[in-house]
Amino acid sequence: MSEPVNAESAVLQKTFELRILRYTPGRDEEPAFGSFQVTGAEGMTVLEALQTIKDTLDGTLSYRWSCRMAVCGSCGMMINGTPRLACSTLLRDLPPGPVTVEPLQNFPIERDLVISVDAFVKKIESVYPYLIPKEQKTVAEGPHLQTPAQMAAYESFSDCINCMLCYAACPQFGENPDFIGPGAMAMLQRYNGDSRDGGRQKRLDTIHGEDGVWSCTAVGICSEVCPKQVDPANAVNQNKTNSAFDFFLRFLRTEQPQ
Amino acid sequence: MEIFEADVLIIGAGGAGLRAAIAAAQADPSLTIALVSKVLPMRSHTVAAEGGSAGVIQAHDSLENHFNDTVHGGDWLCEQDVVEYFVSEATAELIQLEHWGCPWSRKPNGQINVRAFGGMKIERTWFAADRTGFHILHTLFQTSTHYPSIKRFDEHFCLDLIVADGRAQGATVLSPSTGAFTAIFARSVILATGGAGRVFRQNTNGGIVTGDGMALAFRHGVPLRDMEFVQYHPTCMPGSGILFTEACRGEGGYLVNKDGYRYLQDYGLGPVTTEPRNKTMELGPRDRLSQAFWQEERKGRTFVTPQGESAVYLDLRHLGRAKLKERLPLIFGLAEEFMGLDPAETPIPVRPAVHYTMGGILTDINTATPLAGLFAAGECSSVGIHGANRLGSNSLGELTVFGRVAGQEAVKFARGAPAVDPARLADQAKASIAKALSVRDRKGGGERHSVIRKEMASTMEKGCGIYRLGPEMQETCEKLAELKRRAEHITLDDRSDIWNTDWLAALELGYQLDVAEAMAHSALLRKESRGAHQRLDGFEKRDDERFLAHSLARYRPGAAPEISYGPVKITKSQPGERAYGARGEQLEKKDGAHV
Repeated sequence: MSEPVNAESAVLQKTFELRILRYTPGRDEEPAFGSFQVTGAEGMTVLEALQTIKDTLDGTLSYRWSCRMAVCGSCGMMINGTPRLACSTLLRDLPPGPVTVEPLQNFPIERDLVISVDAFVKKIESVYPYLIPKEQKTVAEGPHLQTPAQMAAYESFSDCINCMLCYAACPQFGENPDFIGPGAMAMLQRYNGDSRDGGRQKRLDTIHGEDGVWSCTAVGICSEVCPKQVDPANAVNQNKTNSAFDFFLRFLRTEQPQ
Repeated sequence: MEIFEADVLIIGAGGAGLRAAIAAAQADPSLTIALVSKVLPMRSHTVAAEGGSAGVIQAHDSLENHFNDTVHGGDWLCEQDVVEYFVSEATAELIQLEHWGCPWSRKPNGQINVRAFGGMKIERTWFAADRTGFHILHTLFQTSTHYPSIKRFDEHFCLDLIVADGRAQGATVLSPSTGAFTAIFARSVILATGGAGRVFRQNTNGGIVTGDGMALAFRHGVPLRDMEFVQYHPTCMPGSGILFTEACRGEGGYLVNKDGYRYLQDYGLGPVTTEPRNKTMELGPRDRLSQAFWQEERKGRTFVTPQGESAVYLDLRHLGRAKLKERLPLIFGLAEEFMGLDPAETPIPVRPAVHYTMGGILTDINTATPLAGLFAAGECSSVGIHGANRLGSNSLGELTVFGRVAGQEAVKFARGAPAVDPARLADQAKASIAKALSVRDRKGGGERHSVIRKEMASTMEKGCGIYRLGPEMQETCEKLAELKRRAEHITLDDRSDIWNTDWLAALELGYQLDVAEAMAHSALLRKESRGAHQRLDGFEKRDDERFLAHSLARYRPGAAPEISYGPVKITKSQPGERAYGARGEQLEKKDGAHV
């Protein structure tokens, strides 16, 4: 038994124009823009506009989405040239006029707004993204102690939703697709900064190389576009220091083996 | 078609599927575990769980208390032996997550902190700010990468199970990215595909929550149990349905009507207190709170939002900005970003929306379904802990406790099962592929799937909402039958191979319609009111004589599901009056029982 719901027409409606970069492999020679007029609630999000297009105008439009609340990380795309989450971008907050929607920059396009995620996932996997316990403990022995101050050392990095906006913004990644990149560096620092973890050395070894932390040219735009204030640039900076220090220590170790 | 031979196949890589995969990999590293997910695992809807996960940890709490809260909260429709097992294992799983790195919020001394939650007598909800599901999911996903025997099939959509010789032996999957089909053969199969809340209009669920696994099992003869019990979460964003966690109230938030009145006191949840009091007012259970909203609306004491939805206010102002930012940062951001308001200054308009399916694929305490070799865990399953109404913070615990059990049991089964016969099974996979392709390539001017989906969601809301009426449920059942007929003629805009999400959505709609039918028919025939199933047509009372029983919906091709009933396992808590607030405390004193 439903509640008396007011007519949808009572909601303030507005028409928006979206210019969307379209590409279907095997059919299109190269990506090209398509234009759509969408009428919907004045407060509608870019994602809701895409859904309206797909449901009523053109079912072939392809994009990823799920949670609608900026936590699953699926719907990253370039909106007016900036990497953003479509679900948390309200059309009314954008400048008047047509809104340009493109797939995340720096990634291969699979179709329309869908980009290839495989290389990103491999990067995440390459930094040992799990706790390597400092001390082995059984469940019967209970949880570790970890003070709020100790948590603060890694907490923001653990908030990364893997949305890849930082990669789309990163000029270095744009030039070198093998660059480990800000998101994976945040992941690395999430564990290296954790008081329960003992895997620091192992992880640092993954980022000394030419595609590692030193490739970063300290532009810092990764942190600017991050929708979760993870501050991956901070993770990169900390690891430049750590990597340098580690390199130096290693040198000492080779000189005076114990 | 490609072939992949696994020992254990897990479909779904949210909290339950990942926990199952890790448990299976640990139980026998020599087995190959195929882990299929239609999205990247970290996109799974576990990610959106906010408030926390229950596990007894305080000295003045007890397993008995958690058991009683859960059974009372479920209006005695719980499997009590399963609840007893659940509460006894929940804390160990939370500690295990801690050992894997989950950033649980801490007290100043470094110990685990817990918060109050609805319907819980003592604070026992472990939390990671208000991103608990997010952190559990990412912790499990990241931990799973440590196990080489787990072969992930990320972004693979399941078309059908493979069932031969009376047992589950695999599944046929499609990669939207490449357009390739794979038949995955296995000696045991776990379904961990989550709920089905998207069959309703206003819901808290992600777009992927379409009941796939429930429908797959159902179509292969496995009953769906207690499907009429659908949870409305009382505090959601009007319009989109986005969730504002119960932790808002656990931390001390108020619910007030348009006049600023804490209306829950009028619905047996008082007395009013300034500080949060367990099992009282805003810390009552979700079914009662959503029902109170509905009553308030009928009394004209709600207001209408710009989205055209009725709403009340969730008032968090008195908690102060610092506490809100520390304990409820996600909520704070949602209010700011999506509603343009500052919750430290302005009350948040909220209303109930569909959140959770208490019912699901019938399993026993070991997560085994009646189909040999098929196991189920998490929201897609009905292992029996939630009864007629789930308590907040019991679902994340369910994922890990029963995810682990499913992983271990599936390994046990796989070791004892004969090897699969690939040649025979391949034919079945090919038939599933042909069937799916026929949906994609169907010609003719049929409707869009979006039209049918919208009608399904609105008829479910009308007939199977917070309060239900016989004739309206009947109408919903008939409407669903009509929609199923119309769905057979859907034609797609998109016939391409790569990322054809038009096609996937049409296949998901097929799953949704089957699940919706199971819900509506189970609801129609339950002629009583219990937990989340409340009727206003002469069946306002709980009827233990006739309906202290689980409904079982069985699939019938081309016809409405058949509904029958099975017994409820009562071990130590006899059905009694389910009360909260002052009345609850009175009852507890009277019979010395834990309420």
